[in-house]
Amino acid sequence: MSGDAQPQEANQQTGHDDDHAGGHEDGHGHSPYQAHHFDTMKQQFEAGKLGMWLFLATEVLLFGGLFCFYVVTKSNNPELFKWGHHFLDKRWGATNTMVLLFSSLTMALAVREAQLGRKKRILFFLGMTFLCGGAFMGIKYIEYSKKFHEGLFPGQYFVYENIIDSEEARVHQQEEDLLAHTDLDLPVASVVITDPKTRGQVLQPGLPPSGLSSSAREIEHGADDEVHTPGLVIAPSHLPPGPRPANAHVFFSIYFCLTGLHGIHVLIGMAVMVWLAVLAWQGRFGPGYFTPVDLGGLYWHLVDLIWIYLFPLLYLVE
Amino acid sequence: MSQPPMDAHSDPQALAPPVAAPVEATGPSYLTVTKTISSWAFTLDHKRIGVMYLIGVLFMFLIGGVIAMLIRTELFSPLALITPLFADTVEAQADMYNKWFTTHGAIMVFLVIIPGVPAALGNFVLPLLLGAKDVAFPKLNLGSFYLWLTGAVFFLYVLFTGGLDTGWTFYTPYSAESGTAVIPALMGVFVLGFSSIFTGLNFIVTIHKMRPPGMTWFKMPLFLWATYATAVMQVLATPVIGITVLLLILERTLGIGIFDPRNGGDPVLFQHFFWFYSHPAVYIMIVPPMGIVSELIAVHSHKRIFGYTYIAFSSVAIAIFSFLVWGHHMFTSGQSTTMNIIFSGITFTVGLPSAIKIFNWIATMYKGAITLNTAMLYGISFIFLFTIGGLTGLFLAVLSIDTHLHDTYFVVAHFHYVMMGSGLVAFIGGLHHWWPKMTGKMFSEYWGRIACGLVFVGFNITFIPQFVMGSLGMPRRYYTYADKFEGYHQLSTMGSYIMAVGFFLIAYYLIQSLVSGKKAPANPWGGNSLEWHTTSPPPLLNFHEVPDATDPYDFENLEYDPVTGNYETIKSA
Repeated sequence: MSGDAQPQEANQQTGHDDDHAGGHEDGHGHSPYQAHHFDTMKQQFEAGKLGMWLFLATEVLLFGGLFCFYVVTKSNNPELFKWGHHFLDKRWGATNTMVLLFSSLTMALAVREAQLGRKKRILFFLGMTFLCGGAFMGIKYIEYSKKFHEGLFPGQYFVYENIIDSEEARVHQQEEDLLAHTDLDLPVASVVITDPKTRGQVLQPGLPPSGLSSSAREIEHGADDEVHTPGLVIAPSHLPPGPRPANAHVFFSIYFCLTGLHGIHVLIGMAVMVWLAVLAWQGRFGPGYFTPVDLGGLYWHLVDLIWIYLFPLLYLVE
Repeated sequence: MSQPPMDAHSDPQALAPPVAAPVEATGPSYLTVTKTISSWAFTLDHKRIGVMYLIGVLFMFLIGGVIAMLIRTELFSPLALITPLFADTVEAQADMYNKWFTTHGAIMVFLVIIPGVPAALGNFVLPLLLGAKDVAFPKLNLGSFYLWLTGAVFFLYVLFTGGLDTGWTFYTPYSAESGTAVIPALMGVFVLGFSSIFTGLNFIVTIHKMRPPGMTWFKMPLFLWATYATAVMQVLATPVIGITVLLLILERTLGIGIFDPRNGGDPVLFQHFFWFYSHPAVYIMIVPPMGIVSELIAVHSHKRIFGYTYIAFSSVAIAIFSFLVWGHHMFTSGQSTTMNIIFSGITFTVGLPSAIKIFNWIATMYKGAITLNTAMLYGISFIFLFTIGGLTGLFLAVLSIDTHLHDTYFVVAHFHYVMMGSGLVAFIGGLHHWWPKMTGKMFSEYWGRIACGLVFVGFNITFIPQFVMGSLGMPRRYYTYADKFEGYHQLSTMGSYIMAVGFFLIAYYLIQSLVSGKKAPANPWGGNSLEWHTTSPPPLLNFHEVPDATDPYDFENLEYDPVTGNYETIKSA
C-alpha cells in the first residue's frame, strides 16, 4: 500500500489528532488543502458540504419542472401513458436500476476508502462507479436506438405510425374474440398476427395474402412501406394494446426530457469520477481531507435517486 | 429600543474619552495590490468581483435606460414618432416598439435588478459585514460573474440581431412561434439563472459558516438577513425558470408538446412555470434593497434600528410567501375561481411583512439624529415610493379590481414603483452609502442631493400619470393609443427625461469623484457594522486585524472628527 504513504504524511503535517470514522480536520495547523479564507479545515468541510446540499436542492427543483410536466400531462391525458409505456422495456429499466443501485454502493465505499486514505481501493471503487455509469449509458443507448429505430422521437419528429388505427383495432378485437370462442382452423400466420404479444416479430413481407384479415393486409402494407422509406420502421416488437391516442408524442417528449436530462447528469457524474480518480492518484485523500470524494458521492447518490423515481414513473406506470 | 437617540455629533462626553487609533492604510488596498488586467479578470477577491459586477450592471442599466427613453419618446404622441427611423411599414414599426419594451424589460430584470444588489453590492459588502476574508466559494463566485457576462453577451446578441418581441415574460404560444431571436434570449436567461443560483448558494453558505465568533443570527446586520432570505429564494426558485426556458427551447425546436397547444401543450402551464420563478424573482429584486434601506435608515439616523427581530423575520416571511403567490399574475388566465381566491388571500398577507418593515424604519427615524445626506435621501425616497408601489399591489390583488386593471398601465406603474422606485432607488442609495468604502473617494454631496431630487421628482412624474391612465383603460404594450391619453403620456415622457438627467448627473459626479474626489475616511457616515472598521478601500484580505463582532446598530461609541471627516470609535472604559 505504498500509495497510502503520502496522505498519511499530509495528515501528520496538519497535526491531525482526530481519527473517528467520519472525522475531518479539526483545525490545528494548516492543511495544504485549506483555503486562505477559512479558519479551520472543519469550517471548510462544512461549508463545502452545505454548498453541495444546496446545489442538490437546485437539482431537485430543476428536475421538479419536468416532474411537473409529467404530473400535469398524466392527470390530463392518462391514455398517453397507458399507450406509451408499452414501448419501454421493463427488463432494461430494471437492469439499469440495479446497475445504478450497485454504483451507489461502490460510490459509498469509495468515500469510505477516501476517509481511510487507501489509494488503491479508492481508485478501484471510483472505477467501479465509473463503469456502472458507463453500463447505464450503454443500456440507455440500446433503449434510445430502439426508440429512434421505431420512429418514437419526441415532439414533431415523432413518426411512429400505428398500424392499427382505432376503427380497425375494434374490428380486430372482435376477430380475436371470435377466435377465442370458436375453434376455427385458421391459417397459422393469421393466428399469430392476431396475437398482440408476438405480432411484431412475425411481420415480414411475403406473407400469403390469402386468408388474411383486412388488418393483416394493412400490416403487410406497412411492411412494404418499411422497404421504401428507410428510417421509418413499422415493426415494433412490443405493440401497445389499442389505438394510438392523440398527441402520443408527448409521452415520448416526457420520456426523453426526463431520461435525457438524467443521462446528462450521469455523464457529468462520470466526468466527476475521472476527476476524483486523478486527485486520488495524486494521493490527496486521507482522513484529513476527503471533501471532493464526499461531495462527488452526494451528487452521484442524487443522480441515482432520481432514476429510482424515473423507473417506476415511466416504465411501470399503468 | 429603550436607548436614547444618540447623535455622535452632539454626544456630550464629560471626560475626554480614549480614542482608538484610527484605521489607517498600512499597505496597498484591494484596488492597488495588483494592477494587471488579468489580475482583475481572474481575481478571486469578492471585492473585485463585486466591482466588476457593478460596472457590468451599470452598463446594462445604461442600455436598458436608453431603450426606455426610446419607448417613452415614441409614446409622446399616438402617431409614429421615432419608430419610422428604424422600420418602414406600420407593422414593422409596431413590432419595433414590441422589441423595445421586451428588451427593456428583459435587460432590466435579468441583467440589472436581480444581480444589482446581491451580486454587485452584496458581493462587495457581505464578507466585510461578516468580518470574513472572502465568500465561502471564491472560484464559484468568479464563475457566477462569468456566467452573468455570458448571459449579457446573449442579450447583446439578441439586441443587435433583430431583437426579441415576446415581452420579457416569453408567454406561449406566441414565444413558440415568434420569428425573433427567442432561443438566444432563453439561453441568456438560463445562464443568468445559474449565475444567480451560484451567488445565492455562496451567500447562504457564507452566512451560515463564516460568521465571526460572537455574531449570532440576531446580531447580524439586517442587510445580511435580507441577503440570506434572497439567497434562499434564488436557490429554490431559479432552477424552475432554468428548466422552463429549456422546455420552451425544446418546444420551439422539437415541438415537445408542453406549452404550445398546437402540439398538445398547455400555454397556461407556461405561465404557472414562469411565475413560479418570476414572482419570487420580484422579491429577489426587492428584499435586498430593503436590507440596504435598513442599513441606510439606521446609520444615517444614528439611532439603533427599531424592531430588529421583526425586520429580520419579515424578510424571511417575504421569502416564504414569495413561493405561494405566483397565481396572482394569472387571475384572468382562466385559472379556477378557488385558486384565484386562495392566491388573492395569500397575496394580501405579503402586505404584512412589508408594512412591518415600513413602520420599523419610520420608528427608527423618529427622534433620531437624521443626516439628510444623499444616501439617506434615497432611503427616504424608498420608503415613500415603496409605500405607493406596495399599496397599489394590494389593489391588484383584489380579484374584481384586477379584472379591470389587468394588463393596463396601472400594472406597469405598480411594478415600476416596486422594481425601479424601490429596488433601483435603494440600489443607488446603497451605492452612495458604500461608494467611499469601495473606491476610497467621497462624492459631491451637493450634486448627489440634487440628482436624488431629480430622480425622485422625475420618477413620480413618469409613473403617477400611468396609474391614472391605466385605471382609465390604457392597455400596456401598445405602441399607439387613443387621443384622450395623450396628455398623460406626454407628462410621463417628460418625467422620464427629468429622471434621465438625474441619472446622468449621478454618473457624472461619481466618475468625477474617482478622479478628484476627496479621500474617504474609514467611517464617513458613522456606521458600526464591520465594514466601517477597516480602511476605505479595504486591503486585499479585508481587515488588517481580524475584527471582533460588533453590535452593528450601537452608535454610541462613535464620535465625529470634523478634521478627518471620520467617525472615530471611542474605546469603552
